[in-house]
Amino acid sequence: MKPPIEVNSLTRRFGSFVAVDNISFAVERGEIFGFLGANGAGKTTAIRMLCGLLAPSAGRAYVAGYDVKKQADQVKRHIGYMSQRFSLYQDLTVRENIHFYGGIYGLSPKALQAKTTQMLEELDLESSSHTLIRDLPLGWKQKLAFSVAILHDPQIVFLDEPTGGVDPITRRQFWDLIYEAAHRGVTVFVTTHYMDEAEYCDRVSIMVDGRIEALDTPAALKKAYGAGSMDEVFVQLARPAGKTAK
Amino acid sequence: MRTIRFLLFKEFRQIFRNRAILPLIFVVPIVQLIILANAATYEIKGLKLYWVDHDLSASSRLLYSKFEASSYFEITGTGFDKRAGEAALMRDQADILLEVPSNFERDLMREGSAGIQLLANAVDGVKAGLGTAYAQAVIGGMNVQLLSEQRLPALPTAGGRPAKLDITFSNWFNPHLDYKTFMVPGILALLVTLIGSFLSSMNIVREKELGTIEQINVTPIRKYQFIVGKLMPFWIIALFELAFGLVIAKLLYDIPFVGSLWLLFGFAGLYLLVVLGIGLFISTITETQQQAMFVSWFIMMIFVLMSGMFTAIENMPGWAQQITYLNPIRYFIEVIRMVMLKGASFNDIQWHVGVMAGYALVINALAVWNYRKRLS
Repeated sequence: MKPPIEVNSLTRRFGSFVAVDNISFAVERGEIFGFLGANGAGKTTAIRMLCGLLAPSAGRAYVAGYDVKKQADQVKRHIGYMSQRFSLYQDLTVRENIHFYGGIYGLSPKALQAKTTQMLEELDLESSSHTLIRDLPLGWKQKLAFSVAILHDPQIVFLDEPTGGVDPITRRQFWDLIYEAAHRGVTVFVTTHYMDEAEYCDRVSIMVDGRIEALDTPAALKKAYGAGSMDEVFVQLARPAGKTAK
Repeated sequence: MRTIRFLLFKEFRQIFRNRAILPLIFVVPIVQLIILANAATYEIKGLKLYWVDHDLSASSRLLYSKFEASSYFEITGTGFDKRAGEAALMRDQADILLEVPSNFERDLMREGSAGIQLLANAVDGVKAGLGTAYAQAVIGGMNVQLLSEQRLPALPTAGGRPAKLDITFSNWFNPHLDYKTFMVPGILALLVTLIGSFLSSMNIVREKELGTIEQINVTPIRKYQFIVGKLMPFWIIALFELAFGLVIAKLLYDIPFVGSLWLLFGFAGLYLLVVLGIGLFISTITETQQQAMFVSWFIMMIFVLMSGMFTAIENMPGWAQQITYLNPIRYFIEVIRMVMLKGASFNDIQWHVGVMAGYALVINALAVWNYRKRLS
């Protein structure tokens, strides 16, 4: 069976600028894959290609077994996505948001009802199901957004800086949700700027100037770079790029 | 289909939850119909007239009484000095200065004609033009009276020919020349246009601004589904506005509705495809609601001013008249007036229908093409 994400020499150019330069990797089923890199390293461009939003200039990528260039619609059907910018509708209630996203992924009314009940129970949001999203605390919103992103049981979920601006306790709770999903066999592809979160990942890749400079488990990376934490690894790799950019 | 249904549910929920937009949907038609229908009129009443009489004769007093009796004029000052009158014109205390020369009656009796000088404040050209025309009508009225009293030989007079022809007017379709009957259909057209263009473009751009469009793009929602889901609510709301506005027009002003309601709503539905297409196009070239608002406003202001609603298209210079053929509001205002007041049938408006159908196709194709281009 094909791995959930398989990337071969993926490249994306904008004019003469190479945003993503010939990257290759594969992510296994149920794996939590950390996709790190400084701002402007090409992470967002790479994710957009993997989600079928942007056509690659060269190379191939298969997500859930579908070619992101030729079968973007199928890719979209089989992935979940939660963006760094908040993705639920602020002026709809918790229940309405669940209903909307479930509906557009084609869940049957019965399945939608069952999922909604289950999700509200798991997130302990039953009493707030008619609350507008804008009235929920940020931590709750992020957890709900994650649950909505995997509402349709996708094989893979892409999380683009999902915990930005959230307090440490809620971040920990958020990662519990991620672990649960991974246990159920969902592949998690996550970007973050928090290096403690990088430690939670099964494997981590670090992107510098459009290329993947390092890819391994956090423990192996720390060993290879003689670093005490992922933070040090990241700084060692990303700093030269930062200098040349200036 | 199911996806579109979910999108529509979501849109209507959001629109009806929006505390700024929902009240507007009901308040705007009422306010526009009450204020604009009464205020936007071409009729000019109570023109301020300054009267300078150097003659003080029976004839000049007769003329004075004619002006006094006319509802178009209000005599705001009298005097014997033309300069005082000119000063009044300067200070906006008078719109028209009328000067009767000192030998007015003598000339009138002896030579059968006499001159009168009219000075009009032409800052507002329309007002000045109408004012002097009204004044000539009053003076002409006096000519007729003098003629019939045989005090004058039937010679050419100040107003041109002596009035031998008696003209009877019959004003079709608006027998009492009521301005509201003329304005209200135009206001209704405007209402539908505003809802269609402003709200739809702002609504799409709002998703861009909030970032939720990113989320929509990674779902299996197809572009056409998203567009239909975004535009259809405003299509429905705008048609509802038209119905709501028609009811108010009927209740407040008893505006006649001679033609077919179905024909009007059918045309409105087609017209809205054009307006919504413009809204969609604006949303593809803007990133924020502020930009969308500004661009919509710019386009709509030109469209409204050149729509024939306030100024007759026939009075525009030739090149401007040509431009109005590109203005969708022009077609809708013509059709709504034709259908409501004249009872036009489909055959009468088929040219308009054809143009609007073509327009809808072109603008929507352009918008969708631009929408796709920007995404990739």
